[in-house]
Amino acid sequence: MSEAGNNSKLLNGATGKWEVVIGLEVHAQVASKAKLFSGAATAFGAAPNSQVSLIDAALPGMLPVINRFCVEQAVRTGLGLKAKINLHSVFDRKNYFYPDLPAGYQISQYKQPVVGEGEIFVDMPGGETITVGIERLHLEQDAGKSIHDQHPDYTYLDLNRAGVALMEIVSRPDLRSSEEAAAYLRKLRAILRYLGTCDGNMDEGSMRADVNVSVRRPGDPLGTRCEIKNVNSMRFVQQSVDYEARRQIDLIEAGGTIKQETRLFDSRTGETRPMRSKEEAHDYRYFPDPDLLPLTFEQAWVDELARSLPELPDEKKARFIQAGLSPYDASVLVAEKEATDYFEAMVAAGAETKAAANWLSNEYFGRLNKAGMGIGEGPISPQAAGAIVWMVIDKTISSRGAKDLTDIVWHEGGDPRAIVESRGLKQVSDESAIEAAVAAVMSANPDKCEEVKAKPKAAAWFVGQVMKSTGGKANPQTVNAILRRRLGLPEDG
Amino acid sequence: MAVDRDTVRRIARLARLAVDEDQVVAMEGELNALLTWVEQLQEVNVEGVPPMASVVEQRLKLREDVVTDGGYAQDLMLNAPQTEDNFFVVPKVVE
Repeated sequence: MSEAGNNSKLLNGATGKWEVVIGLEVHAQVASKAKLFSGAATAFGAAPNSQVSLIDAALPGMLPVINRFCVEQAVRTGLGLKAKINLHSVFDRKNYFYPDLPAGYQISQYKQPVVGEGEIFVDMPGGETITVGIERLHLEQDAGKSIHDQHPDYTYLDLNRAGVALMEIVSRPDLRSSEEAAAYLRKLRAILRYLGTCDGNMDEGSMRADVNVSVRRPGDPLGTRCEIKNVNSMRFVQQSVDYEARRQIDLIEAGGTIKQETRLFDSRTGETRPMRSKEEAHDYRYFPDPDLLPLTFEQAWVDELARSLPELPDEKKARFIQAGLSPYDASVLVAEKEATDYFEAMVAAGAETKAAANWLSNEYFGRLNKAGMGIGEGPISPQAAGAIVWMVIDKTISSRGAKDLTDIVWHEGGDPRAIVESRGLKQVSDESAIEAAVAAVMSANPDKCEEVKAKPKAAAWFVGQVMKSTGGKANPQTVNAILRRRLGLPEDG
Repeated sequence: MAVDRDTVRRIARLARLAVDEDQVVAMEGELNALLTWVEQLQEVNVEGVPPMASVVEQRLKLREDVVTDGGYAQDLMLNAPQTEDNFFVVPKVVE
């Protein structure tokens, strides 16, 4: 079974099958107000160099002081990744020269990171769940931003981002397809957003991935890898892996060898190309930062953080399944934090669990997709949605009526209960009214009555006609029962 | 551990130091003398002693997550050789 699963992920080359091996280094910006080692702000989109302290600009004589909140978020994230928390970790200097790094070194963690090994479970669309090992999570500073398109001869530098706290989260090379890589990133993002440790906003660069890709014959040792830098969307992760794996396979099959290098992904062409920087740039000469003491804390503090951790996607999913949702529905609902929040607000507003999930997947997700909206941007509040679902359950409206009501609330807004009253959407369960409607349809279609007697399945046509004549307000079950009695058909069939 | 001339040239370039060829020879000697002297530490038995990251016997001080700094872009520009609209301007570096 797993053999077949693995085989399906292999790529075909001219000379046989290839396995692609992927590991991700994700940089996630800590959702802090101030930077990792200075009191300058981190807000996105501020005026150039307006959020830069003398420390961030690396002026002589300035000393870094670490932000407690950032440490806390790194530990909470580690706990969310079921990872080992290191009570003693060390900050090192990673030395290299680039204009957006004023100090000439980045403060990072090298041999002793704050978080050690953990794991993430990733649900794949086919129903398979893969386990991806986490090697480590460490805290480090972000660099500034270089702007190259302002002038033909000069680069413009904005240090607002310099010194912002990042969590670098390194996976094991456990991913075997571009889809798995994208799904892993999606799951990691969901965990970070549930925890609130990173806002996960990829458009604003709050989360970006370096993607390590290599290929090998199934069963062989790992091949030489290339690192694709700064990929900033799930789709680009998938595209860059697809391109890079194919490039490596073609190169090896043509008799070439892979050179370990850093590459860039060009989202316009969908291709990767080598960076021009010299290989020497990788000699970072790490050493412990003499400006900082080791970071130490007590297990009791970690335990306290663990106790206050919110419910995470895997736990939520298990709870939703227990409440009667299918594993598929449950995993769809927990994949995006907004969808989960919306769903839970619906349930809190009185909607029954299963019915709420059905309404979301049958009525709401489709409308949102069509409108190009996220669930947080849709026009129907979870309370209104909860009311719609509740009215179906207590038989105030029919499922057909729910569809109409959803349309009205989507376009016009308003309180669903008031709309049902004012527009006469209430389901008619009054048997005599339905009886009359059924009788009318039957007497208008004597030939169909004969047909149904011979072919009971054709009764559905009558139900449809009666629903139509009652403007969708008749209770379909009642219509069905009356029809069957009048036509002399068995109760169900 | 010994340093050869290629290593001297490489270290100098990594540190962005311009070192003339005749200086390379002198530095090779100086660096090797330094390393030999420091290597005396190898005589000490450090079995079971954790690596030392600091000589200060106190804990790392932590700061609250409050914005207390920044907002003086114009001051930061004062030392820069070239600026525009509060950007630092440097020779083109592009990948």
